Amino acid sequence: MLLFSCPNCGPRNETEFHYGGQAHVAYPEHPEELSDREWAEYLFYRENPKGLFAERWVHSAGCRKWFNMVRDTVSYDIKAVYRMGEAPPVELAAAAATQAATNHNAPEGAKP
Amino acid sequence: MVNTAENTQVRALRRSPAAHLWEDFTRGSVEGSHGVALHEVPFQTMVGIRVDPLSEAGVRIAAVTGGLPVRCGEVAAGPDGVSVLWLSPDEFLAVAPDDGGRADLVEALTAALGADAGQVVDLSSNRTTLELSGPSAREVLEKSCAADLHPRAFAAGTAITTEVGKIPVLLWKSGPDTFRLFPRASFADYLGRWLLDGMREFAAAGNPAWH
Repeated sequence: MLLFSCPNCGPRNETEFHYGGQAHVAYPEHPEELSDREWAEYLFYRENPKGLFAERWVHSAGCRKWFNMVRDTVSYDIKAVYRMGEAPPVELAAAAATQAATNHNAPEGAKP
Repeated sequence: MVNTAENTQVRALRRSPAAHLWEDFTRGSVEGSHGVALHEVPFQTMVGIRVDPLSEAGVRIAAVTGGLPVRCGEVAAGPDGVSVLWLSPDEFLAVAPDDGGRADLVEALTAALGADAGQVVDLSSNRTTLELSGPSAREVLEKSCAADLHPRAFAAGTAITTEVGKIPVLLWKSGPDTFRLFPRASFADYLGRWLLDGMREFAAAGNPAWH
């Protein structure tokens, strides 16, 4: 059983939390200017890294607030917990970016 | 709410969510050095408060309740038996006993909030209160609650939102050996029976015929 450190409530059982997917997916500045392909990638395409991953979680059985967490998807090691609106710790963000460079979105020939 | 004659009659007709288990609670309670007792504290006044505690409205509400808790686990004790439990940075639950508590608590809090951002909602019938007490109370809870209930982490006078037997509850340690659980009304039957089941071993251990 994993213990998550909620920024408000401290360490709690994993079962009190719910997952919210990839963190830091910003809403497009001008959504009306996006092509169908770009819009679909914003809506549906998410990273699926092997390694560090910044994700959103909600403490649904506790304070019911959302927060961000950097988790290693291989070892389940929790590297950092930080509040909504905050940036991930610099060294972790750099490591995640290196990983992301090796990941790809939709292949070029994919139909929109 | 104005206390009209109709309201007074309604008070006499109230039935608490675990009233049908009261006899079982009495039968299942165990005396002695490993004892544990369970009973329901019905009809407590509960008021849900959502307000930024640092705002002006938050300060006015704190003046009514005798302070707002600042961090997770804290319980602010105010006058007239009113206690305020911390639910989240901007959400609190004011609890007062049915009798002897402050009768105009909801009205006073609503007036204190005024037209500012926030909410004050009477949640008295949303949850009921089960009180588990005795030397073995912590052991009974630890069977089905993953939170750390050891006194070094969970001292008397703290309250947290957690799960007991997969039921979301507010868990308030109101005394050294006394826990108050606030399940939603519809979970009162399940949680009452669940705790009774957890208490059975202590009845058996105290029984001379057991060995």
